[in-house]
Amino acid sequence: MASIKDMTDTHNWSGQKLVTADHMLFEAPREKHFMTGSEVLKEAVKRCTVDASVSYPITPQSEAAHLIGELWAEGYVGTYFRGENEFGVMSEVAGCAMAGARTITTTSGPGTLRAMENFPQWSGTRIPCQLILMARGINSPLTIQPDNLEVSFMLETGCMIWYAENVQELFDMSIAAFIVAEKPDVHVPIITVVDGFFVSHTRESVMLPADDIALLPYEPYKSPLPPIDSETPPGRFLRDPFVMKSNYISYATHASWQWEVRSAVERSRPYAKHFLKGLVHVTGTPDAEIAFVTCGTASHQAKEAERELMKHGIKTKVIKLRTIRPFPKEELLAELEGVKHIFVPEFNVVGWLEKEVKTALHNNHTAKVIGGPRVAGGMSLPAEAILKEVFEHINVEGK
Amino acid sequence: MAIDIYKINPEFRDIMPKEIIDLEENATWAQNQKKPRGIKEMPDTKEILEEHSLCAGCPEAAALRYVLAALPKPEETIIVNSTGCTSLMFPHIALHTVHSLFGNQNAVATGIKRVLDWRFPDIEKDVVVLAGDGATVDIGLDYTLQSFFRQENITTICFDNEVYANTGGQESGATPKGQVFKMAPTGKKFEKVKMWELATTAGCHYTMNMTASAPKAVAKAVREAILVAREIGPTFLNIYTPCILEIGLSANEGLGEMKDQDKDRFASYKFVSPEAEEFLKKCKAEGKL
Repeated sequence: MASIKDMTDTHNWSGQKLVTADHMLFEAPREKHFMTGSEVLKEAVKRCTVDASVSYPITPQSEAAHLIGELWAEGYVGTYFRGENEFGVMSEVAGCAMAGARTITTTSGPGTLRAMENFPQWSGTRIPCQLILMARGINSPLTIQPDNLEVSFMLETGCMIWYAENVQELFDMSIAAFIVAEKPDVHVPIITVVDGFFVSHTRESVMLPADDIALLPYEPYKSPLPPIDSETPPGRFLRDPFVMKSNYISYATHASWQWEVRSAVERSRPYAKHFLKGLVHVTGTPDAEIAFVTCGTASHQAKEAERELMKHGIKTKVIKLRTIRPFPKEELLAELEGVKHIFVPEFNVVGWLEKEVKTALHNNHTAKVIGGPRVAGGMSLPAEAILKEVFEHINVEGK
Repeated sequence: MAIDIYKINPEFRDIMPKEIIDLEENATWAQNQKKPRGIKEMPDTKEILEEHSLCAGCPEAAALRYVLAALPKPEETIIVNSTGCTSLMFPHIALHTVHSLFGNQNAVATGIKRVLDWRFPDIEKDVVVLAGDGATVDIGLDYTLQSFFRQENITTICFDNEVYANTGGQESGATPKGQVFKMAPTGKKFEKVKMWELATTAGCHYTMNMTASAPKAVAKAVREAILVAREIGPTFLNIYTPCILEIGLSANEGLGEMKDQDKDRFASYKFVSPEAEEFLKKCKAEGKL
């Protein structure tokens, strides 16, 4: 097991050389590997000087959680244990982060919903912990299959939400996520989402830096709220807003606190833009009049559809949103200039991303937004389905 | 450095409220004490709890003062709270305290304790949970027991008033059978949950059921429970602090009610595991008790 006493100015407790996030993400030489999303998360956590992780089994995130446990056994992670259920786990994560730890956990679908009360508590407490959400369907009926309906429940928790498309993005995003979440002017939790199975269980080529380097440690004393460790004067207030009296000052305090949490999420934009190389990524024909707005693996499918449509002489482009909170409204509107038809392919029945896109476009853009195609409950989203949707809505001949 | 955080910057001394100066000069910080802290210093020293907003004569307020007076090392103690009347007092405690959600107190405390042990391997930092019977026995039972199963080094104190008092007097798992409360309009149908017995079964090394009628007894239990939690494993104190409002008593009748219950539902129960007993003997020999 690791000891924090083995940390030096240049190396962390497991002997890895400490580097900046810029060095880790942009400068360090990389080598090609072949691994799943769960395996790549282990590689990311290994390079992040992580103090604490709490786990609980639920498909499809279990393997990722096991692998973080292995890192603890190997001396890379400070403390690790299995909690009693996701509500307990997310509360334990809160305790770890309040006490000044760089903390990560993972969950999926029903686990996310069981833990729900904790997420606004996390953001209200201004802890910069990271949740890796490997999205799966939620009950009932029972399903363990990929479906991202659960993300819609997370949208207004006050947490940042990033969405990775593939194994490579999961690696890079989960490292950048700690750094952005821990910025003193941000300092809110971050949820890094991938589609369960499609990313967690799919083996892909990834480029990874060597594992003898790791991020500089989290600095809890830069937190906007002091860590709960008896090392700073107590503020004589709770870690959540002091609404303990019923008067207008307490109401105003609660309201301004909630507003400040959302403002902190907005303040993450420049950092996210730097580390993610933009909040949206665009592929396809720049002046296309048809656009797909996507996140996660739907982006991959839309890109395939874009190539197929090109064979039919139909120019399209894919605007992949990399952050959902903050929502990249300006970036999206800029990329939609000249676009007349917008398709939002999604892995859920409700079309939460379509609603987000429509909200951003309201009074700002005249393009028609088509919320589809949508699949759910584990169905795949073949490019053919996207083509069919396009042909049905746009007056062109196709096969 | 924990004791140093209570030292006031000389530049700001003249604008500091008196209670902050009193905290520095006249509170019984363990580091400044030759003997273990206790009840008898309360009249002459600055208490760690500033004025609070509970009802006049509330036994829970008195019990919290006893608990705080008995912490072996307040300058290195973190208290985790849950929702309820106690959460009205928590903003007035001069220590690091946490209110997170209703019922998750032992889970939050677990995370804090694990990380403090990781970040400060050479400093003993005590984590104490303080919550009501609704939080401990009902909504938070899973997290309470699971922290005992996992042998977390934390002390859990339940202020058992046998009712959801802060929400207006509803039946709780700790309510005695037959008692009429809201949500039990024809009387409670099942027996009071004997949380102290569950705690012992679940692996606590020091368990007590008692009332807050005798301040010194409360202080002794708190001190012993925290020392055992530090070295051996989880400890649990169930302390009767009646809600005089909900059972129709006057401000001066709380003590009498607790004394009556010393012989009834809260007749003393004490379990000390052999390891804890051995350890406490050692503490006594070293003057820590």
